[in-house]
Amino acid sequence: MVQLTGAQLMARLLERQGVRTIAGLPGGAILPFYDALSASERIRHVLARHEQGAGFMAQGMARVSGVPQVCIASSGPGATNLVTAIADACLDSIPMVVITGQVPQAMIGTDAFQEVDIYGITVPITKHNFLVRSAQELLEVVPEAFRIAMSGRPGPVLIDVPKDVQTQLITVDEFPPVAVADPAPQLDIAAIEAAARMINEAERPVLYLGGGVVHAGAASLAVQLAEQGSLPTTMTLMALGAMPMDHPLSIGMLGMHGARYTNLVLEEADLLICVGARFDDRAIGRAAQFCPNARIVHIDIDRSELHKIKNAHVAIHADVKCALEALLPRVKAALRAPWLSQVASLKTRFPMQFPGEDDPRSHYGLIRAVASALDDDAIVATDVGQHQMWVAQAYPFRRPRQWLTSGGLGTMGFGLPTAIGAALAAPDRTVVCFTGDGSFKMNIQELDTLVEEGLNLKIVLMNNNALGLVYQQQALFYGKRQFASEYRREPDFVKIADGFGVPAIDLDLADDPVAALAEALQRPGPCLIHATIDREEFVYPMVPPGAANTEMIGG
Amino acid sequence: MIEQVADPLPQAGCAKVVLELDVNNHPGVMSHICNLFARRAFNVEGILCMPVSDGRRSRIWLLVYEDQRLEQMVRQVEKLEDVLNVRRHGAEHEVFERLEGFFH
Repeated sequence: MVQLTGAQLMARLLERQGVRTIAGLPGGAILPFYDALSASERIRHVLARHEQGAGFMAQGMARVSGVPQVCIASSGPGATNLVTAIADACLDSIPMVVITGQVPQAMIGTDAFQEVDIYGITVPITKHNFLVRSAQELLEVVPEAFRIAMSGRPGPVLIDVPKDVQTQLITVDEFPPVAVADPAPQLDIAAIEAAARMINEAERPVLYLGGGVVHAGAASLAVQLAEQGSLPTTMTLMALGAMPMDHPLSIGMLGMHGARYTNLVLEEADLLICVGARFDDRAIGRAAQFCPNARIVHIDIDRSELHKIKNAHVAIHADVKCALEALLPRVKAALRAPWLSQVASLKTRFPMQFPGEDDPRSHYGLIRAVASALDDDAIVATDVGQHQMWVAQAYPFRRPRQWLTSGGLGTMGFGLPTAIGAALAAPDRTVVCFTGDGSFKMNIQELDTLVEEGLNLKIVLMNNNALGLVYQQQALFYGKRQFASEYRREPDFVKIADGFGVPAIDLDLADDPVAALAEALQRPGPCLIHATIDREEFVYPMVPPGAANTEMIGG
Repeated sequence: MIEQVADPLPQAGCAKVVLELDVNNHPGVMSHICNLFARRAFNVEGILCMPVSDGRRSRIWLLVYEDQRLEQMVRQVEKLEDVLNVRRHGAEHEVFERLEGFFH
């Protein structure tokens, strides 16, 4: 039997849950919890410079480790600043537990100082959320939050804790058990058999992998299935790395910026086996014209994804790993020589093109030079924009959780704090953050956190002094009326880095950029690598928004 | 350039359906459920909620039109942590009919 405050109880429950690093930023309404954290010998707090940074640091830790991670903020603006990171986690199914301070219960609803209804605000962007009304409730709510965040399709859970709940004394007789994920749903063997039959009978099947394969730890099973059935395999942005991109069966990323041949292969398919993906509009283009000749097998842990965009002929509500395990012994080994040669021919005729890939001063060349200076242990994070799509196209991803990107929400500013989180979770790995000048400026304050933590993180800044993807869309679809997408002045990013104490190199000034780059990437600790790129270089191919995937421009 | 936008579906003319939900009884459950319908411009024609048994649970009755999105709506509702059960009844269910007297 032990007497604790609500705040101390929360800290104990997090410790018991295995939480060792928390990112956050304090303020009045969360101070009792900070006081309790200061006494914790097991939890390390990383002080972000903006709450959104803290949210993405937790995401980075979660994306690398696969287990729920925690971020904390105070009430009011502290809580609202977390909103973008929460929504981002929700759309990309990232397990996260968000704890916010709230004004004391007696003041809730009075427009008190720094009061905001973060519970109400986060209803549509969390998997679930709680407003805690007593210290007693914490015994149930905290483990529940972790259980929900990691069960089924992962996602963010918010716990809003009024200050008086944090200071309330409670006698705890017994701590609740550590939360574990719910068991996987019962497998529908008849559906698995039907799916296996369809795969065995198909002449031109394509395996379509989504982020769910990574979340379920099922990447190697998916590769095994592909090899057994000779299934050409495409990946969504979220699934890159699930199958090594240089695997003979990989046909790369599909969709808006996928290779021409990839989208054309899908056009020819007579069976689409969708595993842990959700037919997102950036991946499939105009839904009615996606895979027009294919029957569909759809496996997903989230029942509401089945039949949501495309009706599946066989829909399997299951944990992807369990489903693949059951599928494997039922899928016949097949060579499918005619289909694979048709795929190879499309690939030869409409390959992914990387102009300038040997020139480190071009966008593709820079990405290739970074990749050749690193091995597969490195973690690659990106921000959002042209650089993100170029990295998705050109970086040789070879393992799951190697690649961290904001897929669903497409959040500029994601890169740096997420990379910091990744470096915190994997201190033995090199972390590279590709960013653009537009995105970088959105969370640039976290350079301070980076230096304070002394992490082995390299920022590769691809600078075209513009909001490049906006500039590109205006060029292609708005009559070249470039408005609000070019900056009229350009900050000195090397000086900014210097101001924060981050070592920086400017590849523009390097006589041998490849050597300078390799040297910067090998040197431990933080580093900013600045490179100017051409504003008139666009991401190709590109499917116009709303068009069918076969209506690609360029590439 | 045509972005894909969900067309608001004309609901008049569709049959009505009564949904019966067993939910946990605490403040906030209604907002979770109503948000789902509102976000998808899915009009809820009638709504009724009362606690059951010891007050730990509530039952919510919803009157909605059965258009093609209903199946997806129900699946989204079932995903909510506080929703324990969803049952579907035809429009002939008397729960809303017996309330008519309070509205006319």
